[in-house]
Amino acid sequence: MSDELTLTEPKDTLPATGEPLLTAENLTMHFPVYGGFPFKRKVGAVKAVDGVDLQVFPGESFGLVGESGCGKSTTGRMLTRLLEPTDGRITYRGQDITRAGRKQLAPIRSEIQMIFQDPYSSLNPRQTVGKIISAPMEINGIEPPGGREARVRELLEIVGLNPEHFNRFPHEFSGGQRQRIGVARALALEPKLIVADEPVSALDVSIQAQVVNLLQDVQKELGIAFVFIAHDLAIVRHFSQRLAVMYLGKVVEVGDRDSLYNAPRHPYTHALLSAVPEASLHDDDAPQRERIRLTGDVPSPINPPSGCRFRTRCWKAQDVCATEEPPLVQLSGNRDGHLTACHFPEDGDALSSGKEIVMDEALRRLEK
Amino acid sequence: MTTLTKTEDAPAPTGRDAFLSVRDLRVQFSTEDGIVKAVDGLSFDLERGRTLGIVGESGSGKSVTNLTVLGLHNPKTTTVTGEIVLDGQELTGAREKTLEKLRGNKMAMIFQDPLTALSPFYTIGRQIMEPFRKHTGASKKEARERAIEMLTKVGIPHPKTRVDDYPHQFSGGMRQRAMIAMALVCDPDLIIADEPTTALDVTVQAQILDLLKDLQQEFGSSIIFITHDLGVIAEMADDIMVMYGGRAVERGSAAEVLRAPRHPYTWGLLSSMPSLSGNVHEKLMPIPGNPPSLLNPPSGCAFHPRCGFRSEVGGTLCTTDRPELGAGRASACHLTAEQKQTLFVEQIKPRLG
Repeated sequence: MSDELTLTEPKDTLPATGEPLLTAENLTMHFPVYGGFPFKRKVGAVKAVDGVDLQVFPGESFGLVGESGCGKSTTGRMLTRLLEPTDGRITYRGQDITRAGRKQLAPIRSEIQMIFQDPYSSLNPRQTVGKIISAPMEINGIEPPGGREARVRELLEIVGLNPEHFNRFPHEFSGGQRQRIGVARALALEPKLIVADEPVSALDVSIQAQVVNLLQDVQKELGIAFVFIAHDLAIVRHFSQRLAVMYLGKVVEVGDRDSLYNAPRHPYTHALLSAVPEASLHDDDAPQRERIRLTGDVPSPINPPSGCRFRTRCWKAQDVCATEEPPLVQLSGNRDGHLTACHFPEDGDALSSGKEIVMDEALRRLEK
Repeated sequence: MTTLTKTEDAPAPTGRDAFLSVRDLRVQFSTEDGIVKAVDGLSFDLERGRTLGIVGESGSGKSVTNLTVLGLHNPKTTTVTGEIVLDGQELTGAREKTLEKLRGNKMAMIFQDPLTALSPFYTIGRQIMEPFRKHTGASKKEARERAIEMLTKVGIPHPKTRVDDYPHQFSGGMRQRAMIAMALVCDPDLIIADEPTTALDVTVQAQILDLLKDLQQEFGSSIIFITHDLGVIAEMADDIMVMYGGRAVERGSAAEVLRAPRHPYTWGLLSSMPSLSGNVHEKLMPIPGNPPSLLNPPSGCAFHPRCGFRSEVGGTLCTTDRPELGAGRASACHLTAEQKQTLFVEQIKPRLG
């Protein structure tokens, strides 16, 4: 993006100020692993999320990106308190909800809603659309003025569906339309925060854009804060003002959109960005993109590497990376709020450096 | 240029020297609801050593086409007409025995989901050895050595011990590597890769794409690469064919199709995808509506219910007349060449990053 463009655009990329809506400190989720014979005992734990700190401000869209198994969905589920964290603290508008019980959570549940990935399994096939969307109101005993049915029709209209389809069943809709129903359900209680867990990954390319635009409209017009979980970096860039990159249960880099995409500091962020295939239209005159090919896959979260978790796939790793875990701090030269957890961060230059790092053994051999 | 239509009957002159040549392929399934025209009059050529990328949404017929090339459809419920010529050999009416000799030997397939495509019951090594032994008649020992060699080639660490592992002991990326090893074990001339990286993470996807490209150079095979991701296509393909509703709507070299697309559907695909360098304040421009039902496809141009440029054509041409795809670089649309040019430059290009 050119400089003139950023100057004339509204400054929505600055870190939001004021009270955070939701704060997570040292958020941890260890799922026990049982084994042994004849009596099953706990033999270990899947460290799905291992000490994550993040803040979501009112009205902003906060992105969580990472590869499968990095704990982004588990984090999302803890933020909505569908899972109870094994350690750490979640604060919603100043109130600690980490261990809150069903009764205490009831009023908060209506303010934090969720949109799920799979529009096929997240809607009850035996209920009509009207019933699905009005269920949150029913459960919370809310009687909107004009009645629930009128509200459902209004919601259907907001998400771009025909209000006449009130009495239809989910199977009568296509994937994109079902995801719209999911959005309508999440909006039913006028939430302050929506956690969207890969809301467009299951949809076709042309339909993805429809749903992303819908979510963006909803976010801007109703001022709802979003936690947008996705593995597609281009979509997160389009949707979120701030984002965190996760790797194996930890946040490795967090910052605002411009800073993180234009000047990433963590090697993993570089690797992720360089791996995104681009349907570039003018690559002849454009500078060579960075090419980083990591080796292997993400290690197992049952037995994560010591020290920095990325070191096993990192080309800069040294002895200190194995012994000492890098703290998530603001490096010199970074904008406010851009934190990186790395002992040997990359320079803050853009991705067009033309750097080539190939760690994959087979690739190296073939290219020789 | 509007009179480019109806050229389908005259096959392109290059058709005979192409390695794989498909002419007027039609695949129909009879179901309870009626006849599904999954592929409806498709023609394309693939030259030796080149990569053809097929892009399209789910239900556009891209996978069906390639399963037909391999002859993997149930003949009881499927009607296949047209011509598929692989290296001078006609495949459409071929007997099962002939196909069996070709599958895995001359043509091989890499599937989307390696977990379901590999048998959980047999070791990786045995699954790689099977086609090799069947086609070359090699002994068990030779085949095992070949399997280890292939695993080394695709970058599996400790191939000598991993050859005896079962698929569940491999990670997603390694399984896909094993699948590639399996497809390449007989040095096939044609590899069909059906969304081989869709189930993988971006960093692993980049590894696999590079690996396929490098292996292609080494083996000199032709690849048909099916995907819905234009970014992946841009990285892999020499030529691109865009499919919609069982037909090809645009064809050309990768640079031509990505830089100067001529069909409104391709425009829609390109502008509905966010890029890493685009303007984040510009809204995405999705294609309205949903992909068509193949049971009851729209009249005329199958894309007309979703097309925003119908008024440019004027009249009822779009709803009554199906535009045909010409030979070579072509797009199946009623817009004139000048209209396509101006519309793309003025309305579409500024939106792309």
